[in-house]
Amino acid sequence: MTIARSEVEDFLYAEAALLDEWRLDDWLGLLTPDCVYRVPPNDKPDGAAANTLYIISDDMERIKARIVRLKSRNAHAEYPHSRTRRLITNVRIVASDEVSATVAANFVIYRFRREEKIREYVGTYHFKLARVGKDLKLAERIVKLDAMELASLGSVSFIL
Amino acid sequence: MSTSPYVIDEPERLTFRVNRRTLVDEQVLAEERRRIFDTCWIYVGHDSELRAPGDFRTRTVCGRPLIFSKGSNGEVRVFLNSCRHRAATVCRESEGNAKRHVCFYHGWVYDADGNLAIVPGKESYPPNFDQAKFGLQQVPRAEQYRDFWFVNFDPNAMPLTDYLAGAKEYIDLVVDQSPSGKMELIQGTQEYDIAANWKLLVENSFDDYHLLSTHATWLKYLKDSGVEMQAPAAGHLLPAHGIGKELGNGHAVIDNINFRGRPVARWIPLYGEAAKPEIDVIRAELVARLGEDRAARVADTNRNLVVFPNLVINDGSAVTIRTFHPIAADKMRVTAWALGPQEETESARARRLDSFLTFYGPGGFATPDDVEALECVQSGLRTWQEIQWSELSRGIDKTGEQLNTDELHLRAFWRQWDKHMMGALDSLPKAAE
Repeated sequence: MTIARSEVEDFLYAEAALLDEWRLDDWLGLLTPDCVYRVPPNDKPDGAAANTLYIISDDMERIKARIVRLKSRNAHAEYPHSRTRRLITNVRIVASDEVSATVAANFVIYRFRREEKIREYVGTYHFKLARVGKDLKLAERIVKLDAMELASLGSVSFIL
Repeated sequence: MSTSPYVIDEPERLTFRVNRRTLVDEQVLAEERRRIFDTCWIYVGHDSELRAPGDFRTRTVCGRPLIFSKGSNGEVRVFLNSCRHRAATVCRESEGNAKRHVCFYHGWVYDADGNLAIVPGKESYPPNFDQAKFGLQQVPRAEQYRDFWFVNFDPNAMPLTDYLAGAKEYIDLVVDQSPSGKMELIQGTQEYDIAANWKLLVENSFDDYHLLSTHATWLKYLKDSGVEMQAPAAGHLLPAHGIGKELGNGHAVIDNINFRGRPVARWIPLYGEAAKPEIDVIRAELVARLGEDRAARVADTNRNLVVFPNLVINDGSAVTIRTFHPIAADKMRVTAWALGPQEETESARARRLDSFLTFYGPGGFATPDDVEALECVQSGLRTWQEIQWSELSRGIDKTGEQLNTDELHLRAFWRQWDKHMMGALDSLPKAAE
């Protein structure tokens, strides 16, 4: 049976909960060993990572290093941790078969820091999912921001 | 020595302090706009951003909307992006190629050289209306050094090459990476705000004293990846020796022996074994072209250069051009790009960008912590009425060379800033105190 939207939605909501709860090691468990995580620049959302200056372009090694960093008290931009809340909607299956799915979804992530530093990250998720055993795993995780520039969003110091 | 309300500069008493009011006061910012941003050479863009006649980029510089563009015969011009009729911005795209710019409000049309080509209903203008005099207006001065274009809003400013003084040597070191002497801007712009005074980013951009504590996670990442970190030598805080140096006219640099890897041409384990042969080739080209000594100077040192007042060129894990403008006393907008040799191979370019992202940028392992640090400073500055002075005396009692972790280079910036603000460099009346 091809991967259905309802299963994809369950996966996306579960992933969002792990990230919002800062359960970063559990989140790592959702990724395939060759997963990539990328955030293209606001002005070239469709540029290739090999010849475009991205905001984030992590292979699995760097994703793991990012998690090590984020769990440290010395990751000052995220210590104390921001509170985040993700709203995911408009989930679309772009292509799917029994073992893989290309999906897109809209998101809003609210990020809260002390002193009313409230920031809204709006954009689209472009994920490739793979069936591993009975579970779905993330093989590619591309996050495109809609803002024309990062501007008052400041930085992307947590996992979008 | 100094009688400024802003800076206590008394080397004979081993004292250098900056009044925290300079970092919070909107009146100080208004003075800075007039005395610094409107009289100094301010970076606008890189020559490689304009390839073909008609290419343009729009940019806000010193609060003005500008069009950085290439004319029909290849001449680079910087126009004020404002219709000569009733002021509307004429070009509303961030980049592109256009034979003409049309102000949509009343339909005035300018060609790529800025000439006013079409005025709808021209017959209703009186006989003294001279269309030839209503072309897009250029900024008073626009000059380049080795493809770095700057503007100046003061028509009487000294030539750019004089202004850059000792900074030219450090721009040359960056450009020497390219076999043809041509660097190019790589697509993709990092544009972000920091809720902090713009001068805090000047300080931060070449303050190596903060590296150990602010960037502990980045240093750990490098170490975990296999980069060799020697114990600091006596009197040092960092694994390798580096100095701070004044370059004249407020420009300054930190000039460090590299330990952190360089896409040109210093391999670290993060690049992967497969990258070694190509980095050897890059190295061999440098040596053949520049000789051993100069090649080592280019490849084995990393340098953070501040061109007064608001351009930073960091030639470290990659080359970044970073410029920033105040939006308010407690807010700035930062724009950053990556620069690479024009003839770089696809794999070397990819490695350069990858290396860039390990440290720099809003998703890097270091820059977000700088942003946080600067915003914490700005929060703390709300006590400026009780705690009046910031301390910048590190290294002040040393004779001769000062370290990158000392503050000589920060003092060089602040001294020049103070000279501008106190009217020592121009004919404007002194700041009212």
